[in-house]
Amino acid sequence: MSRIEAAFKKLRADGRGGFVPYITVGDPDLETSRALVVELARAGATLIELGVPFSDPVADGPVIQRAAERALRHGVGLVDVLRVLEEARSETDVPVILFSYFNPLLQFGLERLAEECVRVGVDGVLATDLVPEESAEFNGVLKSRGLDQIFLVAPTTSDARLSMIAGRASGFVYAVSRAGVTGARDQMSTEARRLVGRVRGITDLPVAVGFGVSTPQHVADIWAYADAAVVGSALVSEIEKHAAQTDLVTRVGDFARALLPH
Amino acid sequence: MGVQNMNPDAGGHWGRYGGRYVPETLMAPLEELTEAFDSARDDESFQREFEALLRDFSGRPTPLHYAARLTEHAGGNAAIYLKREDLSHTGSHKINNALGQVLLARRMGKRRVIAETGAGQHGVATATVCALFGLTCVVYMGSEDVQRQALNVFRMRLLGAEVREVDAGQRTLKDAINEALRDWVTNVADTYYLLGSALGPHPYPLMVREFQSVIGREARAQFLEREGRLPDALVACVGGGSNSIGLFHPFLKDEGIRMVGVEAGGTGAELGLHAARFNQAGGGKPGVLQGTLSYVLQDERGQIASTHSISAGLDYPSIGPEHAFLHDEGRVEYVSASDEEALEAFGLLSKLEGIIPALESAHAVAHALKLAREMKSGEAVVVNLSGRGDKDVQTVAGLTNGEAA
Repeated sequence: MSRIEAAFKKLRADGRGGFVPYITVGDPDLETSRALVVELARAGATLIELGVPFSDPVADGPVIQRAAERALRHGVGLVDVLRVLEEARSETDVPVILFSYFNPLLQFGLERLAEECVRVGVDGVLATDLVPEESAEFNGVLKSRGLDQIFLVAPTTSDARLSMIAGRASGFVYAVSRAGVTGARDQMSTEARRLVGRVRGITDLPVAVGFGVSTPQHVADIWAYADAAVVGSALVSEIEKHAAQTDLVTRVGDFARALLPH
Repeated sequence: MGVQNMNPDAGGHWGRYGGRYVPETLMAPLEELTEAFDSARDDESFQREFEALLRDFSGRPTPLHYAARLTEHAGGNAAIYLKREDLSHTGSHKINNALGQVLLARRMGKRRVIAETGAGQHGVATATVCALFGLTCVVYMGSEDVQRQALNVFRMRLLGAEVREVDAGQRTLKDAINEALRDWVTNVADTYYLLGSALGPHPYPLMVREFQSVIGREARAQFLEREGRLPDALVACVGGGSNSIGLFHPFLKDEGIRMVGVEAGGTGAELGLHAARFNQAGGGKPGVLQGTLSYVLQDERGQIASTHSISAGLDYPSIGPEHAFLHDEGRVEYVSASDEEALEAFGLLSKLEGIIPALESAHAVAHALKLAREMKSGEAVVVNLSGRGDKDVQTVAGLTNGEAA
């Protein structure tokens, strides 16, 4: 059983909802990213998404675009992302996935990436611009090393595509709450609940809901119908706001704890 | 797959290139678009309407002009012919694709059209067809390009389009496409993305090629009628690659015709100074950008590189996937012309032929002059004059301190 599968199994057994925070690695710097991984795990993360910065993040709204720009300004690449996790691994065994656009992975080398993931303790990979139709090779490489490939599903995804995606996915399914780019919203759409319902009819894989999740109420709502809530832009915003402060890590940890319903 | 088989597979792949590298949300609209395009392609009434618009609205066929003084200037060996896409309505070949796609948008019931633009030619073409059909039009344009193509920005606004400046990244065409994709992913239900080059996810590269192939079909028939044979060489500039694939494609089955795509050589061969994607020493290698796998200018970590060209329309780090395939197959040669060479050709064509070309097209003219010198007497080369230079006059005046180039 993969570490991701085990984590979701435990959530279901305990009757709890999961919390999946996202950070862009290298924002504001690598040492802070390492400390944030440890802190977010302590704050109750079921799984952590490590964002690999990319120059042209078409699926991201302004908050994560700016985070990627800050990381790229000091030359952060996939090698650094892997090193951050390698260093954090002495303090936490929380499941971790890479959240990336495909080109940095492709240029790194897919075989080499899979080897490195196993070595440093990455559990799975989600490439935002890689649909199952284009990922036969990558899917094989990841599976052969016991790594999970996570795919997105969206409100626009047909049932036929949901079945096809569920057939390739492992670990969990990431349901995009609405058409659009990443970024906080005041209101969560009702589309997300419908989408998760459709996914449930097709697969037993756990389902996490992301895009726009930014308040404790959003998290509580999602827990009523899905396995976990993903929080990205809201956390990255918090990091941006306190980037210059020495207690950044504690503040972000407190922000994460405050998002979780008690 | 050999070059005889010129259509991509069902997923839009030419060999390993092309495909659909997009967020999942866009897969449904891309499938819907592919179906609409496939059915329109087989629909005679659609084709008739498209041809009528090309003729009555845009003024096709465009002439094939024998450039006598330019030929003489190049040494008098090979004859140089110009395919006058610059005489199309709105001033460039971009109107061909815009007319084809706006008919599709209407067929699909979409009332809102978005587009990206670099030099502004595609933005103007899109604003024009939206005015013609009464559709809402939003054009994304990098703020750097807004500066250097101010005339086209004003034209788009006159035509009723909203121009949104993109102040991210390098502030050029690539960044405008990013923003258009973000708009599309957010407004998929009612919005049609009218992509202007043979780029992006399937079906765009195929669809844009099909709508632009009228250039090559006409040129082939015109040359044949006039000379009783086919030309020996074809030359076109390549940004994303729509005017070049439009010229080349109808000739791909004809053996022995040399085809040359001219990329922007900018000010040097180092990464960052040019937009020559096939310059492999200069950072061009296969990668994924904006929905497609093709040659991409990038650093060793897979971050997309900045590019430079005097012409906004060629200033882009990737190239249409069919070009990547034709390059690897060796069917089309790809070379580059520098800013300086393009500027010189801009001045030459103006003075020798009475035609002020777009700076993009001037790259093709620059290379055709070299090629004609190497060719034999009695041979002929057709150059695609993809656009006119009105939009560039101010830029050129700035670069030459007001002296005629």
